[in-house]
Amino acid sequence: MSVPRKKLLEVRDLKMHFPITGGLLRRQVGAVKAVDGVSFDIYEGETLGIVGESGCGKSTCGRAVLRLYDITSGSIKIDGTEIGTMGQSALRRMRPKMQMVFQDPQACLNPRMTVAGIIAEPLEEHGKLSGKKRLERVYELMDAVGLNRNFANRYPHAFSGGQRQRIGIARALALNPRFIVCDEPIAALDVSIQAQVVNLLEKLQDEFGLTYMFISHDLSMVKHIADRVAVMYLGRIVELAERDELYERPLHPYTEALMSAVPEPDPAIEAKVERIILRGDVPSPSNPPKGCNFSTRCPKVMDICRKLDPEYREARPGHFVACHLHDAGIMNNEPSAGTTGATPRNEHKQQGEDA
Amino acid sequence: MPDGALPVLDVRNLKTVFRTRAGEIHAVNSVSFQLRPGELLGVVGESGSGKSVTMMSLIGLLPSPPAEVRDGNVMLGDKDLLKIGEDGLRAIRGRDVGFVFQDPMTSLNPVFTVGFQIMEPLRRHMGMDKARARKRAVELLELVGIPDAERRLKDFPHQFSGGMRQRVMIAIALACDPKVLIADEPTTALDVTIQAQIIELVKGLREKLGMAIIWITHDLGVIAGIADRVMVMYGGQVAEHGPVREVFANPAHPYTRALLKTVPKLREPRADKLRVIEGQPPMLGAHPTACPFRARCEHAFERCARENPPRREIGAGHDVACWWDHRTGEPV
Repeated sequence: MSVPRKKLLEVRDLKMHFPITGGLLRRQVGAVKAVDGVSFDIYEGETLGIVGESGCGKSTCGRAVLRLYDITSGSIKIDGTEIGTMGQSALRRMRPKMQMVFQDPQACLNPRMTVAGIIAEPLEEHGKLSGKKRLERVYELMDAVGLNRNFANRYPHAFSGGQRQRIGIARALALNPRFIVCDEPIAALDVSIQAQVVNLLEKLQDEFGLTYMFISHDLSMVKHIADRVAVMYLGRIVELAERDELYERPLHPYTEALMSAVPEPDPAIEAKVERIILRGDVPSPSNPPKGCNFSTRCPKVMDICRKLDPEYREARPGHFVACHLHDAGIMNNEPSAGTTGATPRNEHKQQGEDA
Repeated sequence: MPDGALPVLDVRNLKTVFRTRAGEIHAVNSVSFQLRPGELLGVVGESGSGKSVTMMSLIGLLPSPPAEVRDGNVMLGDKDLLKIGEDGLRAIRGRDVGFVFQDPMTSLNPVFTVGFQIMEPLRRHMGMDKARARKRAVELLELVGIPDAERRLKDFPHQFSGGMRQRVMIAIALACDPKVLIADEPTTALDVTIQAQIIELVKGLREKLGMAIIWITHDLGVIAGIADRVMVMYGGQVAEHGPVREVFANPAHPYTRALLKTVPKLREPRADKLRVIEGQPPMLGAHPTACPFRARCEHAFERCARENPPRREIGAGHDVACWWDHRTGEPV
């Protein structure tokens, strides 16, 4: 990793707000700030994991990056080309480069098309292959993802969840993309099938030099597949670092709590896990709290957190975090900061409390 | 847990069949287990393993037709739940046996207030009048950690968050002090931080109230953290069953062994490549005459296709249904 790597994707201050309309005239009365100013890079050939709980904006972020939405503001550069403001017809020419694998393989495959038809569709839309060549390419793709060629004329319902996910992956690969957003690709699969799909994604990455944005709520799986990991909370990236750095030395209290909450499939380890139980629920993204978004649930909250939004900054080389605790300038001036030295590692029994 | 205590629930040889146009589907095959007072039995399995159907069969929650509980005994105390009929079951559901389902939004009635839904079993089973039921409902909401309980009785389910709704479900399930609580994937629809809250709550309630719990899940991590015993199901039957530490430390069934290796662990060093269980989960069909796992099993041999292995004891309270001996690596 010492070689300066090439940035394939550069996202700066990306915002995706969805309007809330109300009243007789359906005027806009507010906005759901699903993604509220995120910045990150994805280097060529790497996997950036995006983790967070439901509603944190991770899927919206993935879709916005591919311009499946008209973004509210910000800049998205893929391979140096700005696509944040690009029109649909220009975007269409960019599509072969960037593809997506969806969560629910049942919902994202047309039940009335055969597997061959599904995988060939992007080739028909964007390619100029003859019918025979196209079918050859479909077979090639089916081989690459481990599907039996003989099943090319079957319909999606004849396949199991794991196999359907393979069809979705083959379709995403059809146009030789460089960048694929995988939106919870294993969440709908059985435990015994998840590893098959993850290993397939890793194999394809090596074979075709793919770059992934891997969105998931499964922190254990992201630890396995990602090179760097971003943690999202309420529309923001709260922490981003190299995988080992993040999992071994998390800086943000939310990352700590999130990791401590993951159950470990080993009773001996499980008995020793010190859990940080967060109080309450995630606030509404249409009405985020004042100051730090996490201040309503943070076990280490200070006065300043309720007033001032923490800056997203590089606390250690390559390790970004948005928290006042890791801002030396703030910590030296904060009178209550001393109390946070003793990390509240004990379990917080107070539950409930609607945020 | 006293080992000698009489089980609160004793299930023997349960068989559930679905009749479809394409023929019979044997979803549960000769499942037997016991639940002792105050214990938490974890049931793990993938979709189609029969874990939910087993529990639904116990208390007659499956629509019939197509479902038919064909054989077995389900003893709750001295009553056989398969023989007491619909009226008998109705008196038991919600009173002796409480339920929590996966998705609290679909199991709560959206047009009634939460208060009404908690008071319903109290008035029906316990014969309480409105005022007493109301008082108890407030206690229950406080018990499950819902702040401002008095006021929230008037709220409808949609006014609660996912985690709070699941707390309401638990309050309803606990309303009549059940002997057995069946929780079917109660935290699967929740986020990890909310799941941690609910698990913490259930652990506390168990200590306080002492009911026995059956916790169905596909998440081995959840089981490792809360269960006393674990039952691993595959293809409609019990593959392995035993004390939770024993099964995780010395898994005997090739399926359990593979499953434990295939899940990545957060607190252990990252493996270079994930171990894979090849193949697909079995399609359920006619009564199995062979081991359902044989097609995916790395130890399968000729006998596995010929005979469905019975459960055999391999340690204190630890049994496995497999023809392969994990200690010798040879057929038994």
